Amino acid sequence: MSILVYVEHDNSTLKSETLKTVAAAQAIGGDITLLVAGFNCQSVVDDAAKVNGVSKVLVADNAAYEHQLAENISLLVTELASDYQHIIATALTTGKNFMPRVAALLDVAQISDVIAVESSDTFVRPIYAGNAIATVKSLDSTKVITVRATGFDGVATDGNAEVMNLDIVTDAGISSHVSDELTVSERPDLGAASVIISGGRGMQNGDNFKLLDGIADKLGAAIGASRAAVDAGFVPNDMQVGQTGKIVAPDLYIAVGISGAIQHLAGMKDSKVIVAINKDPEAPIFQVADYGIVADLFDALPELESKL
Amino acid sequence: MKVLVPIKRVIDYNVKVRVKADNSNVDLANTKMAINPFCEIAVEEAIRLKEAGVATEVIAVSIGDKSCQEQLRTALALGADRAIHIETDLSLDALNIAKLLQKIVEEEAPQLVILGKQSIDSDNNQTGQMLAALTGMPQGTFASEVKVADGKVNVTREVDGGLQTLALNLPAIVTTDLRLNEPRYASLPNIMKAKRKPLAVKSASDLAVDLAPRTTLLKVTPPAERQAGIIVETIDDLVEKLKNEAKVIS
Repeated sequence: MSILVYVEHDNSTLKSETLKTVAAAQAIGGDITLLVAGFNCQSVVDDAAKVNGVSKVLVADNAAYEHQLAENISLLVTELASDYQHIIATALTTGKNFMPRVAALLDVAQISDVIAVESSDTFVRPIYAGNAIATVKSLDSTKVITVRATGFDGVATDGNAEVMNLDIVTDAGISSHVSDELTVSERPDLGAASVIISGGRGMQNGDNFKLLDGIADKLGAAIGASRAAVDAGFVPNDMQVGQTGKIVAPDLYIAVGISGAIQHLAGMKDSKVIVAINKDPEAPIFQVADYGIVADLFDALPELESKL
Repeated sequence: MKVLVPIKRVIDYNVKVRVKADNSNVDLANTKMAINPFCEIAVEEAIRLKEAGVATEVIAVSIGDKSCQEQLRTALALGADRAIHIETDLSLDALNIAKLLQKIVEEEAPQLVILGKQSIDSDNNQTGQMLAALTGMPQGTFASEVKVADGKVNVTREVDGGLQTLALNLPAIVTTDLRLNEPRYASLPNIMKAKRKPLAVKSASDLAVDLAPRTTLLKVTPPAERQAGIIVETIDDLVEKLKNEAKVIS
């Protein structure tokens, strides 16, 4: 069997979630090809060639793919599709955006957010915000799949795959990029961080999120937030952890002033170790926390920072 | 400009789902149902476009058994002008749904189709993108801002690193994210008025669409329960446990 894996990147670095998606492809089993579509993205290609378990890297380096517009990328992937039985992307904003378009163009279903592989046509995925787990069998000849990276351990990067440049340019010409407003941060990405500290409504305002900075610096952590904190306008939405935000599974997750609504738990309950700091001993977050501390966060945070 | 808003009837988001004892699916018997929250945001956005004089007509459409007319009436009460119910008792994949919606798009020729980015039951996040592919339209998914001007729609999207703005040729597909707007409540007079607004019923089987299932649901199980841990008394205890017991910090 042949598997095509779409590489998530920003034209400069390969996102570490792709290594986990390759692990999902290995669980399916078959000859794995990576596709790098972007513009001036040679450094991504260099990274991709080192991904273990990959035999070939296809490169489509063209201005038409600079912003990975769904209209253009889906045409490119569809052109390549006939050589593969499985087409896989990571369930991040790029993959989620263009993959259903690929599926529809190929006239096949898509299986979204796969967290485990049972066989080459049967996959496990969460439904109802993770409150139920479905096992689904695809009846189509081509399987179009998005993978939730937290379900897999990333492969190593000491491989040496063959690189092949594609000269296909698929520009649908119906959409164009206007601008990006990206959050600039020295901290690791939420999706890639091994430690995350998140604040909720208990933080009371956006300024108080600074209390998390010192701890995050000491632990090399990313900073997240609950939907309540985002809805209240404390912090931007790209910090949101939960069913409607980012799904994370770090080694250590510290929830500060977060009550533990179902929709937040859906985004973080697969973390290895969960710590909850909340002054309400009845908060549902304590039901999932390995270590809980019932305390006012305004006392607990400075003390924790000083003792790390 | 006509705006089409496909909506879905789903379990109310406040209701805790239970898995059936035979693991065949979740148990929806006697549960409270509602319009999918993302679809509600889509309806609201369409109505705001009409109030701003950009849209001339807002059409809500839903696919399912008779009961989804309830959600269509909700959309009408919120301000949609008319509704289309595509009736079927089949359980459909997103691709089937997108193909049915494609037929409605061909009939109604809307300039803008606004959908929720995902439904909170199947969590697929597919229908809008599939409909865009089938109709050859551009798409602006996970929208937090929608501006129509000069034959284009500018959509600001919630992406992993922040926000991205795209310009799409019309007609186009938009899927909504949570921060696009805050949906209004339907007033009692509007709920009464909605009962008299037109609601056309079509049978899915009349639309000449292949509705064969593309996937089989083999089983549904409850998620692994996480065990509650311990309450520590002091920050010193916490740091000690994290270092020596959990070994997640050094």
